[in-house]
Amino acid sequence: MTIAAQPYPRSALAVKLKPMRLSERQVGTALIAALCVVLIVIIALPLWALLSKSVENVDGQFVGLANFVTYATTPTLLASLTNSLFVAGLTTAIVVPLAFFYAYALCRSTIPAKGLFYAAAMVPVFAPSLLSGLALIYLFGNQGLLKSWMMGASLYGPIGIIAAESLYSFPHAVLILVTALALSDGRLREAAEAMGTSRWRIFRTITLPAARYGVISAAFVVFTLVVTDFGIPKVIGGQFSVLATDAYRQVVGQQNFPMGAVVGIILLVPAVLAFFADRAVQKRQSAMLSARAVPYEPKPERRRDLALLIFAALVALAIVGPYAVAVWGSFVRYWPYNLSLTLANYDFSTVEPSGWEPYWNSLMLASLTAVIGTALIFCGAYLIEKLKIAPRLRGFAQFLAMLPMAVPGLVLGLGYVFFFNAGWNPLGFLYGTLAILVINTIAHFYTVGHITAVTSLKQIDPEFEAVSASLKVPFWATFRRVTAPICMPAVLNIAVYVFVNAMTTVSAVIFLYGADTKLASIAIVHMDEAGAVAPAAGMAAVIMATAIAVKLAHIALDRLVFGRLQRWRQR
Amino acid sequence: MTIQTSPSFISIRGLTKSFGSFQALKGIDLDISRGEFVCFLGPSGCGKTTLLRAIAGLDLQNGGTIEMGGRDVSHAAPFERDFGIVFQSYALFPNLTVADNIGYGLVNLRRPAREIAERVEELLALVGLPDQGRKYPIQLSGGQQQRVALARAIATSPELLLLDEPLSALDAKVRLRLRDEMRSLQQRLGVTTIMVTHDQEEALALADRIVVMSDGRVEQVGSPEEIYRRPATPFVADFVGHMTFLDAVVTGPGRVKVGELDLIVANATPFAVGTPVRLAMRPEEVRTRSITADTPNRFDATIGDLSFLGSFCRAHLEPTNSRSTRIAADFSANAMRDLGLAPGQTRSVAFPPEALHVFAGAAR
Repeated sequence: MTIAAQPYPRSALAVKLKPMRLSERQVGTALIAALCVVLIVIIALPLWALLSKSVENVDGQFVGLANFVTYATTPTLLASLTNSLFVAGLTTAIVVPLAFFYAYALCRSTIPAKGLFYAAAMVPVFAPSLLSGLALIYLFGNQGLLKSWMMGASLYGPIGIIAAESLYSFPHAVLILVTALALSDGRLREAAEAMGTSRWRIFRTITLPAARYGVISAAFVVFTLVVTDFGIPKVIGGQFSVLATDAYRQVVGQQNFPMGAVVGIILLVPAVLAFFADRAVQKRQSAMLSARAVPYEPKPERRRDLALLIFAALVALAIVGPYAVAVWGSFVRYWPYNLSLTLANYDFSTVEPSGWEPYWNSLMLASLTAVIGTALIFCGAYLIEKLKIAPRLRGFAQFLAMLPMAVPGLVLGLGYVFFFNAGWNPLGFLYGTLAILVINTIAHFYTVGHITAVTSLKQIDPEFEAVSASLKVPFWATFRRVTAPICMPAVLNIAVYVFVNAMTTVSAVIFLYGADTKLASIAIVHMDEAGAVAPAAGMAAVIMATAIAVKLAHIALDRLVFGRLQRWRQR
Repeated sequence: MTIQTSPSFISIRGLTKSFGSFQALKGIDLDISRGEFVCFLGPSGCGKTTLLRAIAGLDLQNGGTIEMGGRDVSHAAPFERDFGIVFQSYALFPNLTVADNIGYGLVNLRRPAREIAERVEELLALVGLPDQGRKYPIQLSGGQQQRVALARAIATSPELLLLDEPLSALDAKVRLRLRDEMRSLQQRLGVTTIMVTHDQEEALALADRIVVMSDGRVEQVGSPEEIYRRPATPFVADFVGHMTFLDAVVTGPGRVKVGELDLIVANATPFAVGTPVRLAMRPEEVRTRSITADTPNRFDATIGDLSFLGSFCRAHLEPTNSRSTRIAADFSANAMRDLGLAPGQTRSVAFPPEALHVFAGAAR
């Protein structure tokens, strides 16, 4: 460096140590403690309320495991358990292989329009789960277009539930398997090919073993989703009862809170198992791939590509088709006899006293949850990940942040009922307000957002906090000026994820809404109960359109943020 | 380690640090004077970075004290100590311009914007990057980023500059140039500087004093010349520069025997006659020129093999009366040309007594 001629002006800007007005350590510790308190209130205490409620009788006296004994000796209740396991098991067996080959086609072949196929598989994510049920009713129900395909069997029961759950859970399995298959070492394949290994043997000895943790993970996720889903069995289950509908009936129908709590705890079991299995699997998965692995680049191979293209096209059609039919049905005057189009079904006030209000409530809920939830989740992840103080408190907060992953929405909703409804709770005034719906939805989807935030924070140079400390800049200034702007794409991701889920969720909020805060997804349940399938499908279509619009806006904004606002990302 | 008589700026006593069951620092005592350039040198895992981070307050020690300018800062938070730091990764804020990076600590001092801008300009000129202030870090080369990190670290005129392997992410050529520039900058500013490095050449070229560390302990503290010429332990001898180790036996005061060779050593050995010891010497100390009958430690040796290493050649010598002893010797390109050395030749060579070091223990 060319050294300037004049001497270094040491006195001009000499910095003297001055006592800080407020110690960074104290502020940091206080913030982490506050985070812990918030997470305890919105996650731990409701779960505690659920657990304690299950060992009480209706009058609130401690009865030990009596409720569980009653459950185990009541045949109708036990039947729901076996029903749930049967439905979830069969759905998993159908979805995972289909999703595997679909993901295989996307990652390991050269079929055209991969983006479109990927988007097609993701459609169910943007709709409430019960829309797939409504769609099947349009196709195969009592007035279904293709009723003859059922060959006399009834859609309303296990057949309908399994078919609808398959549609609903398919994207979740595809997401996991695409990740698993995308992570592969191309060199292994090349080495095998150089040794003249047959294609089938390569698939059996290299592809499958590399993806097996993904397959296990996908199986657990699908199983849990199905066991804990409430919307589909409610809409299409008929007399076939499952755990989720049992919990609803016990609490909302019979006001038997202790028995509802018992069902909730039973629902918790597969989810908790899946959670721990998934964590164990992920640890191994990361060790599978060395840092020097080279991603596999698929080469064209006509017969394989053609077979996979036909397969993917059929699956995509089987997914998009029903949703399209449901949307079409929502515009039809009188299915299936008068197929002329009308907007009459979108005048919800004819079947739902509050008309369009549930939709605006949902929009309000989703927006508030996205804004408040994302702020809480991201700031919380920052405190846990980047502050090097109070390790025990941070560990505890991390545990609480991971907990909602293992808690199905229905179970969390039950916990909220028991906790916020309790006479002693000073927070009881929240019950039935929009606030409790927002709080519950944040808690429900906390973990995925938290993981996204932590992942993006981990990618930032770990010395930023050290550098700013050396420059005597407090951590909150660096958070505002550096960390948060760098993590903007992840923040947007979290916000959109939370928004879409808040728009479509039914399971937790069905216990919590009040007269003025009925949500669109709940209105769908009620309209369907009243036999108004077309308006129910219409409301679901509106939700889906909103969620997709937000996702598209996200993609556009992402490009804008990367392209214009964050010029520093480009060389 | 001896305590300096001059008033020390940093004074470290009995510093210990453990990560779980791993003891990273096992009782470090160290004094650093104001204005010194000190290098912590050692292999990876020796505790040098841990010691630097303890001085910065980034990782607090488990035991011991650190004083800075007469103030006990053992438990002070980083912002309560007065230092600037440059990391191996530079840790430049990617979303801020070069100027904003350098001015990052100045903004916090609530100085007028004009004064900050002037100071940033001055610092940019100082590190040889005038007119680069509006670029973003990603648009700069590695060497330029390193200069920005340096400018940011000295922007608030800290009393102490900490450098954590600041050059190791750079190409060899850039590294050499930046090394010299850093040294002259440090001398101009007179800022007390501690640099962590595993590169002995870097430490020898830059430091006023080198602290050689191994396994959580300080092996030796001294000027580069002291460290190189008079290594205190076999570890230092082996780690800094090249060193041939030979098994030897003490045969008298200032005399040892290696195989069949009787050798005189200049430095008095505290070992009793008959004690097995290790004799160490640097390959470049083996003499081949102007050897007369009076030259001490003179013997004939055959040149076993020669490897060409650019500016010099490394030979393996076998003494004619002690075939099993192999001694590495470096010959400059000059010597090679003048003497016409080739494998298989037998030559008279000599070990200067003052270049021989005697350490305890016969075997490793």
